Amino acid sequence: MSVIIELKGMGKTFTTSNGSVTALDDINLQIEKGEIFGIIGLSGAGKSTLVRCINFLEEPTSGSVIFKGKNLGTLSQKDLRASRREMSMIFQQFNLLEQRNVLRNVTFPLELVKTDRKKAEEKAMQLLKIVGLDDRAKAYPSQLSGGQKQRVAIARALASDPEVILCDEATSALDPKTTKQILELLKKINKEMGVTVIVITHEMKVIEAICDKVAIIDSSHIAETGPVSQIFASPKTPIGRRLILGDDSRHDEIHEHLEGARKLRLVFEGSTYGEPIISALSKQCNASVNIVFANLNQVEGRTVGQMVIELPEDSIQQADIISFLKARAVKFEEVKS
Amino acid sequence: MSFSQMVPLMWKGILETLYMTVVSTGLAYVLGIPLGVILIVTDADGVNPIKPVHDVLGVIINVFRSVPFIILLFLMLPVTKALVGTQIGSIAIIPPLTASAAPYIARMVESSLKEVDRGVIEAAKSMGASPWQIVYKVLLPEAKPSLLIGAAIVMTTVLGYTAMAGMTGGGGLGAIAANYGYYRWQMGVMLVATFLLILITQIIQEVWMRSANAIDKRRK
Repeated sequence: MSVIIELKGMGKTFTTSNGSVTALDDINLQIEKGEIFGIIGLSGAGKSTLVRCINFLEEPTSGSVIFKGKNLGTLSQKDLRASRREMSMIFQQFNLLEQRNVLRNVTFPLELVKTDRKKAEEKAMQLLKIVGLDDRAKAYPSQLSGGQKQRVAIARALASDPEVILCDEATSALDPKTTKQILELLKKINKEMGVTVIVITHEMKVIEAICDKVAIIDSSHIAETGPVSQIFASPKTPIGRRLILGDDSRHDEIHEHLEGARKLRLVFEGSTYGEPIISALSKQCNASVNIVFANLNQVEGRTVGQMVIELPEDSIQQADIISFLKARAVKFEEVKS
Repeated sequence: MSFSQMVPLMWKGILETLYMTVVSTGLAYVLGIPLGVILIVTDADGVNPIKPVHDVLGVIINVFRSVPFIILLFLMLPVTKALVGTQIGSIAIIPPLTASAAPYIARMVESSLKEVDRGVIEAAKSMGASPWQIVYKVLLPEAKPSLLIGAAIVMTTVLGYTAMAGMTGGGGLGAIAANYGYYRWQMGVMLVATFLLILITQIIQEVWMRSANAIDKRRK
């Protein structure tokens, strides 16, 4: 696969009246054509700025953004606008034109390049069919639900035949069920139309649901990046582990509960998924383990489970458990509180 | 004054008042909308920031807004003569009324356009819209209901100022109220003329507000 977007040593510093604030520093990323690339971070990590630097809504203050071999920083305003049409964006708040109906929202990007009105409307209707809203073409945004608005925004994003769709917290204002539908739609668009999708989110669930690769951003830097399954199975950074274990409150609870005790995070996938590992472990090692956290996730379309267990205090039993897990080929790592 | 004398007098007054109000407001909007757009576009967080233009225009607008209308009316007499060929009559109040209302409209337009959701502007930018396209395809259409509400305020204000037309020997209800009521102590005429002004103000306000609501797609 070929690289479609490359960020090289990209940085962004905002100058405010209280001095300068570094939002991004030395960001290096390569996004390949046709993949779904997730960028995850806690709020304030700089992810919204990062996605705006990709289409130059924010101009990076250092480094460069290469899109299809072109350095965006060197383009004229006119060429930059042409490049932007090749990478559409969808937003958390949908950002539809409130005074235009659904159809005219979708034709908007086509009007910008003076497409013949009839052709534009035909194309908009096709796109509305893809997102399942062709029966609401004459409705106004205020008459739609959040999920429907995001569908319109997706249809609008597709109108300019983009190669990339940038999603800035596109599901953060939606309920879990609608989130799932929107993510499925994005995945379908990626698979069927070959559009590269870049997903910005603070939710690991979103990454697990649709992304092939992920970059974890923490305090203006990329903490780690790689295939989602790899990061999920063995995160290398504290922030990675924190995001994978779930939301902050639960994370803190786990830590409180485990103060002092040694604990392991087990990952079940492929051959180990569905086996009664823990019960076999207790029998074979004659040890009891305390399960403090467990869940199931969909990663790259496969079901993957994770579990945090507390080890008994006896060091011989601990060694037994570890060799048992190794023998069973269960992926695990020690979690430090 | 008898009723049969009053009817044609008032009818003429109504027509002259409407003539001055509508023409001045119309002309003032022709000037005011571009000024308001320039203010918003060149603002520091606008779609095409140019600080010097924004600041200089801002000062000019504020100067024109600070000069009391009655003073502007006298100061502009030579300009008025050059533009409409006379310094007296109802037509002579149109240039100063326009000059007075235009900067006011510029600020009204600026505030209406500022209400447009920044996210929507950002979305248009992300779709490759040029600054000009953002103005006429996003800012103005999205702000339309708010612009119409502004127009109601502007028009009723201009209507009030037409009362000053008496100063240039012009007509209208305001001049009638002043000339008959104040100078000749004909209270009845003054009350009728004033009542008609209130009525016209009410009608203008209603019409604009209703049309603003009717076209606002956010309310359906």
